[in-house]
Amino acid sequence: MTNERSHIISAVVLHRPGVLQRVAGLFTRRGFNIDAITVGPSEKDGVARMTIISRGDEKVLEQITKQLNKLIEVIKVRDLDPPSTVLRELCLIKTHASHEKARSEIIQYANIFRGRIIDVSPVNLTIEITGTPEKIDALIDLLQNFGIQEIARTGPTAITRGAKTI
Amino acid sequence: MKGSRAIIQSLTDQGVDVVFGYPGGVLLPLYDEIYDSDLRHILVRHEQCAAHAADGFARASGKVGVCIGTSGPGATNLVTGIATAYMDSSPVVALAGQVASHLIGNDAFQEVDTLGLTMPITKHSFQPMTPTEIPSMIKSAFYIASTGRPGPVVLDLPKDVQEAELEYPDKITIDLPGYKPTKKGHPLQVKRAAEVILNAKKPVILAGGGVILSGSSDEIFKLSELLGAPVTTTLMGKGCFPEDNPLSLGMLGMHGRKVSNFLVDDCDCLVAVGCRFSDRTTGDVSKFAVNAKIIHIDVDPAEIGKNIPVDVPIVGDAKIILSHLIRVISQVESTQKKEWTEHVKQFRSSCLPRLSFDDTPLKPQQVIKEISEAVTDDTILTTDVGQNQMWMAHYFTSRNPRKFISSGGLGTMGFGFPAAMGAKVALPEEDVIAVCGDGGFLMVCQDLATVKEYDIPVVVCVLDNRYLGMVAQWQKLFYQERISHTELGEVPDFVKLAEAFGVNAYRVKKPGEMKETLKEALNSGEPTLIDVIIDPNEILPMVPPGCGLTEMVGEYKVEREVPGEIPYRSSAAERGGD
Repeated sequence: MTNERSHIISAVVLHRPGVLQRVAGLFTRRGFNIDAITVGPSEKDGVARMTIISRGDEKVLEQITKQLNKLIEVIKVRDLDPPSTVLRELCLIKTHASHEKARSEIIQYANIFRGRIIDVSPVNLTIEITGTPEKIDALIDLLQNFGIQEIARTGPTAITRGAKTI
Repeated sequence: MKGSRAIIQSLTDQGVDVVFGYPGGVLLPLYDEIYDSDLRHILVRHEQCAAHAADGFARASGKVGVCIGTSGPGATNLVTGIATAYMDSSPVVALAGQVASHLIGNDAFQEVDTLGLTMPITKHSFQPMTPTEIPSMIKSAFYIASTGRPGPVVLDLPKDVQEAELEYPDKITIDLPGYKPTKKGHPLQVKRAAEVILNAKKPVILAGGGVILSGSSDEIFKLSELLGAPVTTTLMGKGCFPEDNPLSLGMLGMHGRKVSNFLVDDCDCLVAVGCRFSDRTTGDVSKFAVNAKIIHIDVDPAEIGKNIPVDVPIVGDAKIILSHLIRVISQVESTQKKEWTEHVKQFRSSCLPRLSFDDTPLKPQQVIKEISEAVTDDTILTTDVGQNQMWMAHYFTSRNPRKFISSGGLGTMGFGFPAAMGAKVALPEEDVIAVCGDGGFLMVCQDLATVKEYDIPVVVCVLDNRYLGMVAQWQKLFYQERISHTELGEVPDFVKLAEAFGVNAYRVKKPGEMKETLKEALNSGEPTLIDVIIDPNEILPMVPPGCGLTEMVGEYKVEREVPGEIPYRSSAAERGGD
């Protein structure tokens, strides 16, 4: 599809066991893809917010939002407009760092990316970084040279800019 | 009171007086309560039949049907019936037993993840983990099952929760912030639809199962009358418009009537109500009603634009929207499409399918003709799935909603007989006939015991050709007649089979016998099986998969001998200019 792109879907759902399974199951069953999904409590008790990154054209997106809306435990669904959305992801990266030179370089890179060193051992460093997925990708690229041992990414979460809510 | 008592109380509060079920270990607390309750429990002989019977009950009556199965295999046996109800938007509440809550996840005896299994085939599901949740969950289940686009709801009931004590509340509140079905259509969209309809020269109304579910048959009739527009239906919509009306085109689609397929192809405006444009209805979507502006009225917004691009979408209850639409259109003086109406009537009468055959073995058309002659407008007919279903859909003349019951979406063999059982329990005053094939009936034949024991006098007509006819038909047409595993052989003797259950049985072989036998069976007031020996070589004309609706294959036999009818013309081109 020519107009296929990545979409940020924000869903307000009841915070109950099984909701994630319903949402994930819906995506599998209808053949929609999920690049990432994050869930956590929202501003309201008993209500959670899910952020789903999915790829598709307008027709697919329309189906995704409509089908999500049909789930009884889904209260609201919006396909967020990227320019008016703030999107952030958290990533933890564990790299080899046994040489002094490597260590200082890694720490410099982390600083440039406004990351933090959150764990140190004689042989490695663990960096915490938040930002857009692209920024995180860039830091990971730079750190490849030192030998990355482990990466843990949360997947992006998102919220609308300004006074508007979904 | 105990959780199990609360379940019965909640069902009674919802107006339930009959349930179809099969007990089991984890359901002992519930069945112990049923023992003392006023609830009528019908013990089926397989859980799948409980689900189909609840579904048939719901489709015939418009009320919610209730079925019960135990944990593990009981629940998995319900699954086919739940999926069937889901695909055809039928309001069913399925109660499944579950192992005690502390055992869940331990692979306990007869444990299965019922919620996980049924998630994609239910509108919603609940699992109370404390007994206090039971009343509101059951109330919510009935509300969800029966409102908006109806569908099945599962309640998964752990054994310990059935046994635990609760205080039954005086007032039961339900809180469903994420569930608010739209009822009224957007007034601007209704206005736009009216404009499109009034500007059209060749409108066709396509009525689906939603018309029956919303009870808007009268509105469809009025709209058709107002415009002089023909009405075609999907399989699920069959009966919502009287099929002997000169403006009824019958069913549309793969096994649809010729007149219907051709006129939908030809129309310039399609008013689709309560249907989902399934692949069996549309054929190749790129060739479907290409000249038409499409108005789509449906309560489920996700159905609009899913399969077919729509010009005017209207989300809401079909009855409310159609009434509104009729009000708007009635304000205009001249709404009749006289030339189109005339053309439709002529074309329709020129290709009425031929029903009369004096062949032996019997032609299915002749059998259906004789069934038609033996029944009244109030008789409920259920079908199984396959050729029997499509013959009935194609050749049987339905005149009223909720009188033709069939598994459309899921296409479940074995549906017809238990669904008839459920329909008869719902409406004991009406005659109920199940038209099955020999393959499908054999899948559920054990429930002859149920109709006998509970004296549920349904009549089962087994159209017996010793083939899985529909699959064999495809093998004949598209797989070089390689009849792979669709021959059913010599056994069983269906008459003896029925007799083993104490059910009256007849065998019909010759033209004329069916009508008399069926009348006798209906008059007997007893459950009866009629084994109808039919021609295994008869095939129904069809639109091959991937083709447009007018690309039908197979000879379309027409009722030439109807006096005064215009001779059949074989293609759109030969029909000449409109």
